Amino acid sequence: MSVHPILKLVAQRIALGLLLLLAVSVLIFAATQILPGDVAQSILGQSATPETLANLREELGLNVPPVTRYFNWLFGVLQGDLGTALSNGQDIASSMGKRLGNTLFLAGCAAIIAVPLAIILGLIAVRYRNRWPDKAISTVTLATISVPEFLVGYIAVYFLSVQFRLLPSLASVNDGMTLGERLYAMSLPILVLVLAVLGHMMRMTRAAILNVLESAYVETAELKGLPPFRVIARHALPNAIAPVVNVVMLNMAYLVVGVVVVEVVFVYPGMGQYLVDHVAKRDVPVVQACGLVFAAIYIGLNIAADVISILANPRLRHPK
Amino acid sequence: MNDDLSRLIADIDAMRMNRRRFMGTAAAAGAAAAMGGTMMSATAASAEEPKKGGIFRMGWGGGESTDTLDPGLADSPVPFVVNRQWGDTIVNVTADGQIEPRLAESMTSNADGTEWRFMIRQGVKFHDGTDMTIDDVVATFKRHSDENSKSGAFGIMQGISGIAADGNEVVFTLSTGNADLPYLLSDYHLVVQPKGGVDNPNAAIGTGTWKLVTAEPGVRYTFEKNPADWDATRGHYDGVELIVINDNTARTSALQSGQVDIINRVDPKVAKLLAKMPGVVVENVSGRGHYVFIMHTDTAPFDNNDLRLALKYAINRQELVDKILDGYGGVGNDTPINAAYPLYTAVAQREFDTAKAAEHYKKSGHDGTPIVLIVADTAFPGAVDAAALFQQSAAAAGIPLEIQRVPDDGYWSDVWNVKPFCASYWGGRPVQDQMWSTAYLSTADWNDTKYKNPELDAMILAARSETDVAKRTDLYLKIAQVVHDDGGTICPMFNDFIDAKSDKIAGYMKDPNFEAMGGWASAKTWFA
Repeated sequence: MSVHPILKLVAQRIALGLLLLLAVSVLIFAATQILPGDVAQSILGQSATPETLANLREELGLNVPPVTRYFNWLFGVLQGDLGTALSNGQDIASSMGKRLGNTLFLAGCAAIIAVPLAIILGLIAVRYRNRWPDKAISTVTLATISVPEFLVGYIAVYFLSVQFRLLPSLASVNDGMTLGERLYAMSLPILVLVLAVLGHMMRMTRAAILNVLESAYVETAELKGLPPFRVIARHALPNAIAPVVNVVMLNMAYLVVGVVVVEVVFVYPGMGQYLVDHVAKRDVPVVQACGLVFAAIYIGLNIAADVISILANPRLRHPK
Repeated sequence: MNDDLSRLIADIDAMRMNRRRFMGTAAAAGAAAAMGGTMMSATAASAEEPKKGGIFRMGWGGGESTDTLDPGLADSPVPFVVNRQWGDTIVNVTADGQIEPRLAESMTSNADGTEWRFMIRQGVKFHDGTDMTIDDVVATFKRHSDENSKSGAFGIMQGISGIAADGNEVVFTLSTGNADLPYLLSDYHLVVQPKGGVDNPNAAIGTGTWKLVTAEPGVRYTFEKNPADWDATRGHYDGVELIVINDNTARTSALQSGQVDIINRVDPKVAKLLAKMPGVVVENVSGRGHYVFIMHTDTAPFDNNDLRLALKYAINRQELVDKILDGYGGVGNDTPINAAYPLYTAVAQREFDTAKAAEHYKKSGHDGTPIVLIVADTAFPGAVDAAALFQQSAAAAGIPLEIQRVPDDGYWSDVWNVKPFCASYWGGRPVQDQMWSTAYLSTADWNDTKYKNPELDAMILAARSETDVAKRTDLYLKIAQVVHDDGGTICPMFNDFIDAKSDKIAGYMKDPNFEAMGGWASAKTWFA
């Protein structure tokens, strides 16, 4: 067979992922239909009258049966057209693209800091396990993961923005900003997100490496006189990569899809608030598009985690 | 030339010109040397001279990614204030409740108020450089009154049967007389747009002080100065930046950390603390907005007036003002009208009285099953807490209230105006007729108490076309008395508009019409 088993596996996973996406789109569409009220009522709000409601429904094409609307939408998406928002007529691809870019940028900045930091802290905790550095790292990261992010955010705003005026409380970014200005504006949300995801990844690294440290080859390495940190970094860490990668990917997915509260606290124009606004307005095409993007990111990161776990394991990499 | 001069003098009297524009125009009339001195001393004495420059940064709550720029669809604070930046209405209501001509220069009506003529100002340019014409004005009003319209002003345009141009006058014909028509036409949805905004309602091209530069709904709007502004007395900044900040704490801290110059909707619970902060000034003004618990008078058990009265006596209004509004508001009296309205006469205040509540409750013959009150946070700020206080004071009178808390999502479509007893709010209207007609006429779509009383309808319609002020005032007192005694509205409190601004902002004046000086803060204030 000419196809490498890993390529085959990736292809299978992607095909499965696409099927999952289709199922997700059906689910989201059905869910938005169950929600009370429709987009016309939400747009007009308290000022709705039967006439204006009827006018708006006609204009938005809400009188078409739901199944037909779903297939029209699906057909458009397959051609790369996400459509326009019902509530304000904006092109979804461009308005969402900007928000998605912001979210990915914030998640990326947080991940670049949090992932290496968590792994290094994990290694340090293992090296000094059950001594004071381990206990200090565990306590601090457990504390930051246990306090809700919005509270960490408010505390950071209170001290760093209001009291000492070091960092801006509004992460209001726009196109006219240089990279430096942008990073400065985003410093507080990045800080809060790093604190939020650090604990989970650090503890998983610690646990996975401790697990490997029980094995015979680590004992051999110690017996031949290698320094403890080298044993951990060279012999234990590579064999602990699979579980660590899984946790890292889970947290990265969380950074993309689960940070709406942080966005609200720092007024960061990301995907979370965009999605919440459109759910409240029953703007189905936008909710569908956001749902697809979120699902794709989740599925994509999971495929990446699986593939990396396999690549990290020589037995899976070179099957007999 | 004499005509020109007298018009200039009249303009100065009306404070429509600043000194520089007067100088330029007067020189053109060839009269600067003769008249300049006396004129200028009159204006210079009037107020401290506004300073120019800077970017006015507003941190505004109440905006969403789904907002549009169509003034007809504005129904929340951010779209409202955005439209105020780039657009003008033909008339405006001043802080003391008077009509101020804007894009209309003057107005007249016939004796019974069935025909109104508004003379449209000449020489006004839209942001795209085209002249504003009478046709644009007529097309604007036609768009909002079109039967296919989804404009928020559609309801108030209903009484107008004809809109036509006559020279430079726009003529409104009404089926029944309305002495308040200019107030109705000051509605913030009725922004004059080129060709009425029919082709592109979202263009945001108007005659206002600020030209829209960028619009990111739910995130940020930026504006630059309109160099061709027809009203030279306003617009002292170089530009305006409006950042949407829906979270109360984030909005407050943005002001405290100096990232914005003014915020709206300060939470009453923190207003007193915020006022103590250095560099921050809290500006509250008593408005016409009010919080209500509304009962459907056509649904059992609320179809029994004794039960309605029992509930009205069982609520402690002062306690609610103190605890929910932290004192930033006024006590309600089960009518939608307070002293902020013209032609207001007070109805005797209903006090919290458990004995009377118990007496009416007994008389109503209610079977003692819990009365369900539906409430959500979105009904008004503090609604859930207010319902809990109501439940306690009602329990003291032996009336069992059961609070059913529901999500914000869907509240305005599935609970308000649908369920028989719920919490809600009204933003208030500039004149009494509009408030009564919107929510208390039998035929009104938003008659959210389902109160149907032919006598009340007759009085509302009679008051609308009554031109004798004394008779009209008397009619409004009678209307208020009927709703107070018999209606389905429990109105515990009128809320204040609470803005907070940096102490660097000068020229701020309280305006009970809307928050942020009626929405005109950016046009009328300056950096001290």
